[in-house]
Amino acid sequence: MRKFISVMLVAAMAVTALTGCGSNSSSSSKKDADKYYIGGIGPTTGATAIYGTAVKNGAQIAVDEINAAGGINGKQIEYRFEDDQNDAEKAVNAYNTLKDWGMQMLVGTTTTAPCIAVAGKTASDNVFQITPSASSPDVLSSGNGNVFQVCFTDPNQGVASAQYIAENKLPTKIGIIYDSSDVYSSGIEEKFEAEAKTQGLNIVSKAAFTADSKTDFGTQLQKAKDAGADLLFLPIYYQEASIILKQADTMGYKPKFFGVDGMDGILTVENFDTKLAEDVMLLTPFAADAKNKSVQNFVKTYKEKYKDTPNQFAADSYDAVYALKAAIEESKATTDMSASDMCDALKGAMTKIKMQGLTGGEDGLTWNESGEVTKSPKAVIIKNGAYKAM
Amino acid sequence: MSFISYLINGVSLGSIYAIIALGYTMVYGIAKMLNFAHGDVIMIGCYIVFVLMGSFHLNSTVSIIAAVIGCTVLGVVIEKIAYKPLRKASPLAVLITAIGVSYFLQNFALILFGADTKSFTSVVSIPTIKLAGGDLTISGVTIATVISCIIIMAALMIFIKKSKSGQAMLAVSEDKDAAQLMGVNVNKTISLTFAIGSGLAAIAGVLLCSAYPTLSPYTGAMPGIKAFTAAVFGGIGSIPGALIGGILLGVIEILGRAYISSQLSDAIVFAVLIIVLLVKPTGLLGKQVQEKV
Repeated sequence: MRKFISVMLVAAMAVTALTGCGSNSSSSSKKDADKYYIGGIGPTTGATAIYGTAVKNGAQIAVDEINAAGGINGKQIEYRFEDDQNDAEKAVNAYNTLKDWGMQMLVGTTTTAPCIAVAGKTASDNVFQITPSASSPDVLSSGNGNVFQVCFTDPNQGVASAQYIAENKLPTKIGIIYDSSDVYSSGIEEKFEAEAKTQGLNIVSKAAFTADSKTDFGTQLQKAKDAGADLLFLPIYYQEASIILKQADTMGYKPKFFGVDGMDGILTVENFDTKLAEDVMLLTPFAADAKNKSVQNFVKTYKEKYKDTPNQFAADSYDAVYALKAAIEESKATTDMSASDMCDALKGAMTKIKMQGLTGGEDGLTWNESGEVTKSPKAVIIKNGAYKAM
Repeated sequence: MSFISYLINGVSLGSIYAIIALGYTMVYGIAKMLNFAHGDVIMIGCYIVFVLMGSFHLNSTVSIIAAVIGCTVLGVVIEKIAYKPLRKASPLAVLITAIGVSYFLQNFALILFGADTKSFTSVVSIPTIKLAGGDLTISGVTIATVISCIIIMAALMIFIKKSKSGQAMLAVSEDKDAAQLMGVNVNKTISLTFAIGSGLAAIAGVLLCSAYPTLSPYTGAMPGIKAFTAAVFGGIGSIPGALIGGILLGVIEILGRAYISSQLSDAIVFAVLIIVLLVKPTGLLGKQVQEKV
């Protein structure tokens, strides 16, 4: 009996080893060299799956549109997306998988911490990278100039939030709850606080939490309430924000809530009572109900294909693919270029292009040499379970 | 006024730790093992309630009863499959097995329910009480948690003091071999301990997720470790110790977060544990047991 089992195990191992070889060899060799190979990375499972899924789908729509309209310079795009579960190590693995596949340009990664890890790799490999949504300035700090952002950087979000609150005469007694163990959250918080001072806003309470204590915010809320904060600034992701909204409601504490792009997704948390998010404001470059024609088309296609309303991550990702298209056309980069040559060509072209995009607003999107984007922020407010432009 | 509010939150959190700590302390007292999978039994209980209420639209009472039954069965099955064959093995082997079971349950939930965090609807329908003109609010969950904790503690003490099975538990915890010679069915008693501990875990889990409305496959991990700390703090093996340890731990955690640093609350909790163990190695109510030779 024991012998039989060991024979079976050996056989099973042999089979898995062989299948492993088979799939590797087929994925590493390019089938068609006459195409542009674009890779994407982001969390499609795990706690931040909403972002990765939106980025994946937004880019897919752009790729399908471009391919249907004849491609870039007459050449089609091949697009492949890998899951990283918002984990830096898995993101680097995903990047390596895509490189084996033949990726020439990367649209990603989606979230900040994995993006910093992957940006280190793309800098040393000289691979062109445009991230739709990783907003920390650290993403751009490699010094190689190969990484570009479509979203605002964290400092910009913090500064823009403070300006927005001041300019629109929102309550000026402000409480902040942020995640001190996350670069995204603490980065925004720092800049917000600095800008709030110059804008004459009064920060009455500031409380942090960490990754290990992100299920109970009773204490932080109590502090804000005692300090008399009328507006709670939440530069955090939507998961924690959903708990904060619920606990504040239980406490009978009703300040105005103001979030940044991490708040985007709050309406899609499974089993979350969206009534609690009524009147929550957030800073985002994209509102699905905008009158703009291209936005309406995008929203329509997205709804038909994925049965969901796109958020700003989908829109940023869509813009990222079109930015690549514009840069390829500007630089006349060809499909037979290596990833490194492609990167050198696109780097120069990115600072020359200007595009409207879905998230460009009135002034459009432009990039500087360090990879930062210039665009105007918009705020939306949640009414009846949907975003309304303010 | 906010101090009272923090104190109430602390007692509420501590009551949950205490109910979880009961599971650790009873199993340790009787089987002399640390059941590190206990925290994950809590998580499974929450998922049972979440699925029954969300997908099958059962009412909360039925769902909670189902979760208690489900967790009780789970606890007994884990004991039979994973721990019973190792009864004569070294404590280290049992400990590693417990950690293995813990990972198994987490990954099982990960496959079954996905990694996405779910928003848990509170099962408690007691309205929030507002005192002192709205300055002090006590949520229904807080009231339910503290009351449940008191009832469970009292019931468990009576059960152990008065019932035959409870007496058998005491006997096994004192001396397993002697109890067996006196006609106590040791295996049955250990199974019963696991059953009670796991059933209580389901209740603790539902209260935990009602107070902090989020559910993921790792929901039980951190509260499990904190409750284990509470059990050691109060004196592992002692039921009143679990209660005192749990509540003190909850209060220290919340007050530490409020007045010292919201980022260092966990560090403060564990620092207090280290100090207590340095001064009194058996925990607050632990008995000094002479090593039998």
